[in-house]
Amino acid sequence: MDQFMVSVQMFFQNLGQRLYDSFIYKDRYMYLVQGLGNTLLITLGAVLIGVILGTLVSLVRIVHSQNPKKLRFLNAISGLYLTVFRGTPMVVQLIIMYYIVFGAYRGNPLLVAVIAFGINSGAYVAEVVRSGIQSVDKGQTEAGRSLGLNNRTTMIKIVFPQAFKNVAPAIFNEFIALLKETSVAGYIGIQDLTKGGDIIRSITYDAYPAMLLVAVVYLIMVIGLTAVLSRLERRMRKGDKR
Amino acid sequence: MISVKNLEKTFHTEDGDIHVLKGITQDIEKGEKIVVVGPSGSGKSTFLRCLNLLEKPTAGEVWFEGTQINAPGCDVDKLRQKMGMVFQHFNLFPHLTVRQNITLAPVTLKLKTQEEADAAAEKLLSRIGLLAKADAFPSQLSGGQQQRIAIVRALAMEPDVMLFDEPTSALDPEMVGEVLQVMKELANEGMTMIVVTHEMGFAREVATRVLFMDEGLVMEEAPPAEFFGAPKNPRLQEFLSKVL
Repeated sequence: MDQFMVSVQMFFQNLGQRLYDSFIYKDRYMYLVQGLGNTLLITLGAVLIGVILGTLVSLVRIVHSQNPKKLRFLNAISGLYLTVFRGTPMVVQLIIMYYIVFGAYRGNPLLVAVIAFGINSGAYVAEVVRSGIQSVDKGQTEAGRSLGLNNRTTMIKIVFPQAFKNVAPAIFNEFIALLKETSVAGYIGIQDLTKGGDIIRSITYDAYPAMLLVAVVYLIMVIGLTAVLSRLERRMRKGDKR
Repeated sequence: MISVKNLEKTFHTEDGDIHVLKGITQDIEKGEKIVVVGPSGSGKSTFLRCLNLLEKPTAGEVWFEGTQINAPGCDVDKLRQKMGMVFQHFNLFPHLTVRQNITLAPVTLKLKTQEEADAAAEKLLSRIGLLAKADAFPSQLSGGQQQRIAIVRALAMEPDVMLFDEPTSALDPEMVGEVLQVMKELANEGMTMIVVTHEMGFAREVATRVLFMDEGLVMEEAPPAEFFGAPKNPRLQEFLSKVL
């Protein structure tokens, strides 16, 4: 307890001077601004890759489950992909991607991070999309087919629009999770928001101002996005009471 | 028009095989109104669903307008355009308005332009008194209204035969009448109909022939007067004594 009180005291000691040292002096706040930019860049890029990749993988798995003779090879690869990328830690995947897969390529680590996070995210999105498509009532497909529409048209015109409603909130959630997960990008030398704060900490030997601000910035973004999500969910629910 | 020869269907489940249809042979002529009755689990719905291949027959032949539709290489989608189907749970498309529900298939399949399909939809809707609901979503309608629109959606394809799979079983009792009324009008216009139902009154009034199914077989078939007045099969006698 005493120790805690001591650290609370330390937080308020010379606060003005320390804030100045951490953020203003030599424009150190730029570490955070650039870091935030990189964090958002990686997150947006990865979500884009994740949604495209995840949708493709889920389609492979659905087509295969409808007709086991089709896409057997692609389905096996998809299964392996899901198992490996959901079964190993993100940091490990990131380091392997940078030092082994792209080991020969000494280019932009940001690009490697976007790809690594995107591939990882795709594995989660794939399962989300698949369950979204499968949650559409079988009667919808039957109604479409009974009118003479082929399987493809039935999927595109009838099943996917309904699946999208089920899936959009979950994908948005994935986006929020990814935003926080990119904080490990520093492992391959990327200056993201977390790393930016950590650099300030190491220059000033003072963790309080920089790292607490980093935490607050993440928190504000997540709270903001969650508010957007719940509004999205409310809008999706409208006109869909069955 | 529809001809079924030794139709068999077996479902393969984890608990073993279930032999649902054990050899059904039927000829259905143009203009006939066939009502299929029987206890639950007797295979009536499966029989109906085999007619447009929503279930794939395990053995036997299904012919429609001179084509064997369960032969390999047959364009089932094409034939289904001429076989309307109405489901127990309506299965309207919840993300589309009533009008879009009705015009989706004819327009997508390029049988009609959007304008033609809209005009046809409005004509059909006003016939069932639901023109005012054209731009409503299915969730805003009662069960009876939804089922009538499901019938109209099938009719918009101008089918040669209409299949009804327990169309009133999921409805509140006060809504059954409005759906049966639409079906009766359809029958009077000469539509060929095959109806699986528990509505004995409808069978008696509308059917040209009633089939009694039990344990995967058609146990008895007769015009309604004979079917209800002088049933021969003991199982049918027992069934009728329970439901009438």
